[in-house]
Formats: sequence, C-alpha cells, structure tokens
Amino acid sequence: MIPEIGHYALVLALGLAMIQAVVPLWGARLRDDTLMGTAGPTAFAQLAFAAIAFAALTACYVYSDFSVANVFENSHSAKPLIYKITGVWGNHEGSMLLWVLILALFGALVAYFGDNLPATLKANVLAVQSWIAAAFYIFILGTSNPFLRLAEAPFEGRDLNPILQDIGLAIHPPMLYLGYVGFSISFSFAIAALIEGRIDAAWARWVRPWTLAAWMCLTAGISMGSYWAYYELGWGGWWFWDPVENASLMPWIAGTALLHSAVVMEKRNALKIWTILLAILAFSLSLIGTFLVRSGVLTSVHTFATDPTRGVFILAILTFFIGGGLALYAWRAPVLKQGGLFAPLSREGALVLNNLFLTTACATVFIGTLYPLALEALTGDKISVGAPFFNLTFGPLMVPLLLAVPFGPLLAWKRGDLLGVAQRLTAAWMCGLITVAVTFAITRGGPILAPFAIGLAVYVMVGALTDIFERAGLLRVPFPTAIRRAGGLPRSAWGTAFAHFGLGATLLGIVCESNWNTERIVTLKPNETVSLRSYELTFDGMTTRQGPNYRELTAKFTVRSGGTVVDVMEPSKRNFASRGTSTTEAALLTRGFSQIYLSLGDPAADGALAIRLYHKPLVLLIWLGTVLMVFGGALSLSDRRLRVGAPKPAKKSALQPAE
Amino acid sequence: MTRKQRRLVLIGTGLGVLALAAALVLTALRDSVVFFNSPSDIVEKNVQPGARIRLGGLVKPGTLQKDADLAVRFEVTDGKSAIMVAYRGILPDLFREGQGVVTEGALDTAGVFKADAVLAKHDETYMPKEVADALKKQGHWKDGQETGRDASAVKKP
Repeated sequence: MIPEIGHYALVLALGLAMIQAVVPLWGARLRDDTLMGTAGPTAFAQLAFAAIAFAALTACYVYSDFSVANVFENSHSAKPLIYKITGVWGNHEGSMLLWVLILALFGALVAYFGDNLPATLKANVLAVQSWIAAAFYIFILGTSNPFLRLAEAPFEGRDLNPILQDIGLAIHPPMLYLGYVGFSISFSFAIAALIEGRIDAAWARWVRPWTLAAWMCLTAGISMGSYWAYYELGWGGWWFWDPVENASLMPWIAGTALLHSAVVMEKRNALKIWTILLAILAFSLSLIGTFLVRSGVLTSVHTFATDPTRGVFILAILTFFIGGGLALYAWRAPVLKQGGLFAPLSREGALVLNNLFLTTACATVFIGTLYPLALEALTGDKISVGAPFFNLTFGPLMVPLLLAVPFGPLLAWKRGDLLGVAQRLTAAWMCGLITVAVTFAITRGGPILAPFAIGLAVYVMVGALTDIFERAGLLRVPFPTAIRRAGGLPRSAWGTAFAHFGLGATLLGIVCESNWNTERIVTLKPNETVSLRSYELTFDGMTTRQGPNYRELTAKFTVRSGGTVVDVMEPSKRNFASRGTSTTEAALLTRGFSQIYLSLGDPAADGALAIRLYHKPLVLLIWLGTVLMVFGGALSLSDRRLRVGAPKPAKKSALQPAE
Repeated sequence: MTRKQRRLVLIGTGLGVLALAAALVLTALRDSVVFFNSPSDIVEKNVQPGARIRLGGLVKPGTLQKDADLAVRFEVTDGKSAIMVAYRGILPDLFREGQGVVTEGALDTAGVFKADAVLAKHDETYMPKEVADALKKQGHWKDGQETGRDASAVKKP
C-alpha cells in the first residue's frame, strides 16, 4: 500500500508541475493576476506531493519492504537504521527522487519568499522551475521508478554497497543536490528575465542570495565527499580528478564566478548579459553533472549508477534545457540594455578578471572530463585523462587568480588605484615572501615550486584580512575602538574575508599534503615496530568482532613519539557477507592540523599484516578551509542588505524594480 | 580611456587568458593522456616498452603469486592473449582471481608490465566498462551477464 501511495503522489506531483509550467506563463503574457496567482499554491502542493512520495520510499526502507524492487536491491534487514534511511538516496532511483524533492522545495521557497517580486517575474520564474521539475518527474516515472514491486517478495535484501554505508555518505549527496538544484533558481530567474526582456539591479539582488545558498551547499557537499573518499577508500587520496568529482567541481566553479559577477550587477548595474549567461551555464553544468553520474557513460570509482538506457533520457532533458536556454539567450540577450562603464583597473575589473580565470579553468576541466568520452565515441580509442592533465592546466590558471584575490576587495569601484592597493597589501606580500624564504631554508633540497605555493597561500590569507584590519583601523586607533569598528563592519565584508581566508587555508593544506606526504607500505608481524617521521607504531595484535551486518578484523597499533605513548590506532577490515565484499576502515590520528593515516592490507597466513601508513602534514586545512568558505557565505547571506526576501510591508512598493 | 579602448583591453585580456589555457590544454593532452589497452591490443599493436598505458582484463585464475616484501605477479588476460603484470604494494579490496582489473604502468623490455597502480574500480556485480568492452570484442562476454542479478525476480509495477 505505502509504495502505491508514493507512486500515486509522484504522478500527482507531475500533474501539478505541468499546470504550474503552463498556466502562470500564460497569465504573465496576458497580465492576468488570477492565472499568475496559481503559481504559488501549485508550487506548495507540488512540494507536498513530492514529500509524500519521498516519505513513502523512506518508509519502505525503514520497514524493509523487500517486495519493492528498489529496497530489495539496496537494503538489508540487518542494516543499522541510519543506513536504511541514507540508503534511500544511495541508489539511482532514490537519488533522483531526492533531486525532485529538493527541486520542489526550492520552487516552494521562491513562492513563499517571493511576495515582493514583480508578479510577472515571479510567475515566470515558477513556471520555468516547473518545466525542469516536470521533465524530471517524467524521467523518474518513465525510466527509474523507485516504487516498482517484485512479483514474489524475497526474504532478504541484497544490501547497500558497503563503501556507501558511512555517515559521510549520509550527508554528501543531499548537500551536493541542494547545491546542484539550487542553481536551478538562478537558471529560472535568468530564463524569466530573458522571457520578459528586462533585467536590473533588483534582479541581481534577488538572485544573489539563492546563488550564495546553493554555492554554500555545493561547497559543503564537495568537501564532505572529498573527506569521505579520503577516509573510506583506504589510500588517503582526497581528490582524484575523477569525472564524477569534476562533475561537481564544474558547477561549483561556474557558481563561484556567478556569485562574483552578480555583485557587479547588483552594485554597478553592469555585466548583465554575462551574469545571465553564467546563471544558465551554472545550472547547465549541474545538469551535465547529473548526466555524467547517472547515465553510466563513465568508468569511475563511483559505481552505483550504471544503466546506460537512462542516459538517453537525461541527454534529452539536457539538450532541451541547455540548448533551449542558450538559444533563448542568443535571441533575447541583445534586447537587454547594457549597463554602467568602468575602468579596467577597478573592483569591477578585478571581478571580471576573476570571472575570466574561473570560466577558463572550468572550461579546461570540462575538456579534460569530456574529451575521453568524445574521442571514444568518434574513434573508439580509449584514453584516460588523469590528474597530470588537470594539475598542468587547472593549476597554472589558478595562480594569477590567487594573486589577484586580495586586490579585489581593496580596489575601489569604477576606478581603482593599483599601486595604492599594492602598498596597502605590503603586509600580505611581505608575509608571503618571508614564508617562501623560511620554507626554502627548512626544506632544503625539497620541491622547488612548493615553497612559492605556500608563500602564495599565506599571501592570500593575510591579504584576506587586510581589508578588515584597515577598515577597523587596527594599530591606528585604540584597540577597543578597533574592535568596535570591526564589529560594525558589514557582514558581507566579513564574509568575503572569511571565504578568501578559507581559500588560502585550503591551498596551504593542498600544497603541504601533496608535497610532504610520507608514505610507507610494510608488512608487520605482531610486536614489530615501524617508524614514520617522529612517530613509532607498534603492531599489538588483531581481534575479530561481529558488527550488525559485517564481520570486522581490527588491528591495534600503539603510537609513540619519543618514547611516550601518544594514542592507539585501530584500523580494520570489514567483510560484508550479503554482498561478499569487504571494505577498509582506515584509522586516523589527528595531531594539530596533520594526520597519521593507517589502513590495512591483507593478513598473511603467518600472522604478518600488510599496512599502508601515511603522514599527511596539514591535511585537515583542506577541509577546514572549505568550512571557512561556507561560513563566509553564511555571514554574507545574513547581511541585511541582501535580505530582500524578508518581509518589509511598509516599503513593499519601494522594492519593485524600476521599469 | 574611451569606451572602445576599455572594450579592447577587456577583449585582449580575455583572448590572452584563452590562448594561455589552450596552450596548456594542448601540452597537457600531449604529455599526460594514457591509452587503455587489452592484452590482445598490446600483442597486436606492438606497444613500445616504456610507454605509459593502462592494461585491463581479467586476472587469470591460478597466476597470482605473492612474493616477499609485498611484490605480486599475476597475468591479465582477455581470453586470447595474456600479459604478465608485476606490482609492488597492497592490492585493492576487490582484487580477486577471475575478476576484472585495470592496471597502469609500462612494459619493460622483457615484456612484463610493470604496474604502479592497480585499480579495481568495481564491485562484485560490476565490471570496469573498458574491460567489459575488451572482453566483448574477444567474444568472452555477453550483455546481461554482468548484471548477475536474479533474472527470475520479475519486476512488476
């Protein structure tokens, strides 16, 4: 009964989406308030039915209803409750259902917060949003229905792929989808603006918070996924330039560019057409990401979606929305009025430079990800484009951008003074140069480029704080005054500082981890000791344990530093009988921002054990940096000036954009 | 600066960055692309020793030898030809005889493939796509075989 309710709710949601896709659009053409007014209630109802469908599937998982094919294939009655729930989106059908649920959620949010939007814009946005939703409902119902039943209910399920049974995976896909789907809002706004042929600063003020929220979720999602790969896959890598990872990185880069260009549009009413294009591109790249992951065109570490027949359908959705969006853009963009002027050396100019490098970098990632697919389709040659390609292309393109990052917030709008800013950044580049010299002195004979990269990271970090320090007047005015002033600065300024500081921190972590990572692969017998940097690890022995749906072989290692015991590490191997597979659970020991990483190989007959041991200096900064970026985004989002969505009844008419 | 000059500066910078990116992409594609080969490809195409390639196929049952100090040797086959692979390190969790595997490295002059990476990017029901394609070409693999799922469990709405 429950799966049928879910199925039925999904069909109703499709019906509502179709109404919402047509009626408000028609209403906006006729300027008919009643027709336009249907957009809001249908958006809420659509959310309600999508939520019912999702809840129904979740219930099937929680009660282990193996008569539902999807539950049978991806769940097991002995699985812990949390992984039964996260298993809902650990597979293709369920993850698509989550996708449409989030899409419906965003639609409803626009309807809820959109009271002060111009009526036609709101109607158009919700209609476009519903076009996307309808396409995905048809996709789910037609090719990947999660509610299909089995004729004879099996006694036990086949279990979820064990590497996906992890708390990191519980959070990673929903965050990523919130980001992907969040860009649908900017897309809908862009398309609506093109349909109306009118765009202004108020439009940008509306789009920016949504983009920012989506960007924050995407940042957190990518970071989560990277940390999950780091501790779960057992070889200590945190980014593989795998196509699936690139699929999430591309919308992130485009989204970052969009955030920055929307600032120019909001403040200076310039770069309008470019911003629209970026909004279309960011969501297009999200769709391409979905296509890459969900269609099975890739060979990748992410093995849980491999059904090429669905690919054709997603490809059709892709062609329709990206092709349609770009065609509409080509047709309507010349209608939009050009915005304000600015000198190349100005804050606008710096943001343009940011956009230029980000989009180019995004394009190189795009080429590296899709070129092998295109080549295979055309010539049949199978190639793999791996990390060396991306390091060679993406890396050099990021360097000038990173050099420019501290300049951006310090340059004045319209006409900036480059020399003046360089002087104000004295502290930043001095710190950077000193770091380069010190790193060279410490790591004599080490990698040549790495000290410069560390210097660059320090320069970005100090540079990010320069704006705050200067505006607070630190060292110029008495300390309490400076603190008070700093507190009074707009939150968006703090947000920028945090996000840019986080960028520098992430870079620092990346450089240190990839250049001074120590790896040892050894075989140990019990009571033997291996040394790593300043640590000694003694293998104490192994124990076995029965988990809820696996057997676990745990090894115990005592870590000593200079003779004193630091901690105990217990890496393990889990064997999942239901799928006949095993996973490696690495043990991590955190010391400051660095980590010792220990994962197990196969035990030999004589009790010897192969282990993989790493010392990863400052590795935690990679993810802490992204946390700072997200925090910066949140600060900026909470800035009053951005909250046009908050109800202000008295000034409601003032928020109508000038026509 | 006139409007025209400003636009020229913008377009110039844009083209400059694009040219830089294009140069980087082309260099990187020339140097860092790795071709995928099946054992038969290696025999037929006469792949040169030292060229960095990926080799994929099935681990031939009964050929896995573990030596001291984590060195392993095994043969990769596509049913027609087999190539000896030498690797030092810990094999992935999913590495097994008779299973699909992708290795990356180069041939030495003796015709042994020195791998520095062994990827078993699959679970027990999933075969790496390149390997499946290579096996299909040799007629050892049929569509539908890879699912390994209960064909008897008929789906019904």
